Amino acid sequence: MNNGHTYIVSSSPHIRHSDSISRIMWTVIIALCPALIASIYYFGYYALIITGLCVSTAILTEMLCQKIAGKRICIADGSAVLTGLLLAFTLPPSVPWYAAVLGASFAIGIAKHAFGGLGCNIWNPALAGRAFLLAAYSGSMVMSKWPILQQAVYGNILTIGTDVITKATPCAVLKQAPLTIVNHYSLWDLIVGHIPGCIGETSVIALVIGAIILIARSTINWRLPLAFIGTVFILVLILPLTGSDGQYIIALRDLSVFGHGGALQLGGFHIFSGGLILGAFFMATDMVTSPLTSKGQALYGFGCGVFVVMIRFYGGYPEGVCYSILIMNTLVWVIDRCTRPRIFGKG
Amino acid sequence: MKTFSKGGVHPNDNKLMSSECAIESIDLPDKLIISMSQHLGKEAKPIVIKGDIVQKGQCIAKASGFISADVHAPTSGTIHNIFAGQSMQGKSCTYIELHSDGKDEWYSQCNQPCDWQIVPADELKKIIAESGVVGMGGATFPTHVKLSPMHGVTIDTLIINGVECEPYLTCDHQLMREHSAHIVVGIQILKKALGVDNAIIGIEANKHDAYDIMRAATKDTNILVELLNVKYPQGAEKQLIDALMNRQVPSGKLPMHVGCVVQNIATAFAVYEAVAMKRPLTHRIITISGDGIEQPANLYAPIGTSFDMLLQRQGLLSKATKLISGGPMMGTSISDTIQFMTKGSSGLLAFCDAKSIESDPCIRCGRCVSVCPVGCMPVQMMEVIAQGDIAQYADMHIADCIECGSCSYICPAHRHLLHYIRQAKSELVAERIKKDRAAKKKEAANE
Repeated sequence: MNNGHTYIVSSSPHIRHSDSISRIMWTVIIALCPALIASIYYFGYYALIITGLCVSTAILTEMLCQKIAGKRICIADGSAVLTGLLLAFTLPPSVPWYAAVLGASFAIGIAKHAFGGLGCNIWNPALAGRAFLLAAYSGSMVMSKWPILQQAVYGNILTIGTDVITKATPCAVLKQAPLTIVNHYSLWDLIVGHIPGCIGETSVIALVIGAIILIARSTINWRLPLAFIGTVFILVLILPLTGSDGQYIIALRDLSVFGHGGALQLGGFHIFSGGLILGAFFMATDMVTSPLTSKGQALYGFGCGVFVVMIRFYGGYPEGVCYSILIMNTLVWVIDRCTRPRIFGKG
Repeated sequence: MKTFSKGGVHPNDNKLMSSECAIESIDLPDKLIISMSQHLGKEAKPIVIKGDIVQKGQCIAKASGFISADVHAPTSGTIHNIFAGQSMQGKSCTYIELHSDGKDEWYSQCNQPCDWQIVPADELKKIIAESGVVGMGGATFPTHVKLSPMHGVTIDTLIINGVECEPYLTCDHQLMREHSAHIVVGIQILKKALGVDNAIIGIEANKHDAYDIMRAATKDTNILVELLNVKYPQGAEKQLIDALMNRQVPSGKLPMHVGCVVQNIATAFAVYEAVAMKRPLTHRIITISGDGIEQPANLYAPIGTSFDMLLQRQGLLSKATKLISGGPMMGTSISDTIQFMTKGSSGLLAFCDAKSIESDPCIRCGRCVSVCPVGCMPVQMMEVIAQGDIAQYADMHIADCIECGSCSYICPAHRHLLHYIRQAKSELVAERIKKDRAAKKKEAANE
């Protein structure tokens, strides 16, 4: 009767969804590839070298930490690669190579593994790495003039490294003299990414292509970036900002200051400048450090948006995406507690 | 199209493997090993002894309490042995071994058409109870108990569950295709027994032909047929009531508290057989499927048939590594083929490339939360369970879990979430028993 076979016994369910952690991580990495290509186009091969350094340092640190902790080495899951990539994207294209290496080892070694490794960290490791570098190498992280691709060599990739000029970032312009932004950049420059900025954050169009992949594959919840970017957009219109003459103006009320398009144009400059698009779609949506429920994620996105505008308008830095996400990371446990789903058949 | 409001998953249903296979009757097995614990509740007590000669449909074991069910001989023959063994779920239970005499002769009082319309409702319930009818969707709750709602509740709607949301299973689908008229009679009997006017059949959209057939069969009746969006676990009682009636059964309460009684489509058929034909529940349809089976099929087989025989008949591949009794989402995996059909055996599946699943660390993606049809937070439950903090179990609503397995199914880290939740639930039960005992002791001491 018995064919002598013993079959696997386990508790139900016996079938599982095909998705896995590594598939999620690699999907995000693939979604970042358009931005990676754009960064090489705009900032030359040095950007690629920095990215490569960050990724390989992240992988090595991950291996080392897992070995020391006596855990299974699982660098193939892509999470260290992703952290390295995201960190590189938040660094200026002129960052010294040793800063990149230090930042990546801090991101993985301290921000991730000191908290227990994958899934246990409170703060987004890549952003924690950037925050560390902001403190340790502020000279190379915060500059008044940033390198930018010269119009004349546009398209001539090989000469970019040598032929760069420097300019203030859109964020810096918006900080110091918001009404003059149109004299420096057009919205189109911001969308294609022909602006100075960090390695992976400048090209809105490349980032949005990646974001569409993530949303289509349900890797990220669209509510979070929508709440984040939407909040920034609306707050820019309704909160008072200081104009170049030191007077407070409200974009929505003073439609005329920008000519046609007015306030909406200023909102557009704010959402397309700095790291907002990169942060909203790829950083804030990091599963480990964001809330569990849809409602919680929307609330978290809203909070991130509020902090970004607070820092950009009234804070000491021209850009606040990194800190706003780190602050909201800290509050995730409160959000999770407040946004528990209602139990079926209860109240 | 309607569906339930909260959570749910969409596993690949793989029903095509067996959905075109007509119901086949198997050759009468030489011996049947009949469990006394085929239903939810207390084990049935054998009323035969070794050596007795019984006939098909004769009662061989009596219900031993309110929530329990009679068991009948599926064929004529000799009681060869009565012995203690283990059920598929690993609980101890009694088995009766029946050796067939090959004649398959009916018991004198069975297999006679009966005009159920002149039978009063109470008598109908009695017949259903005496025929050993239980819920045939897998939960095997005795049907007559559900038909006797407690005092103070009014039932207004009978819901018939034709959802069959478990992947691979097609036995209910085939039953609707081939026996729609009988099912409708069964539903009318159930309606009369319950004293309700409204009945709704819920069928998922992946069985559109069954929906059309049931629509045609219910044409001149006031039974509604509703097509539902495909989503697991729509076949769970509370989710089905939510989908069809937009009523939410309060946590810790029963469907009757919102005026509903849910019966499976196969139960309705069993009621027809029991009342209109006087055939007690001794056979059922079982789906044999999975990639470890050469010829998937829907078989009509007597209770007590060995799984080994069914698997041999349909060709169990030698490279199969996993056997499941029931569906892949809620069924039980079994270590060998020496198991026997019960009233709840809806499927027998064999899979080839099943491996034991290794878990990765949780990345807090929150998918388990978004798919939970109850609104639990499995990811946070895990933290509480890991700490063993029973006091916090209630706060996490662990007792509300319906064990559908959607959380484990969706988890990208392949964590065994439901496994741990089940453990926590049993800890809660143990804790309650302990408390009850302590309270009783205290009472006794006070006296």
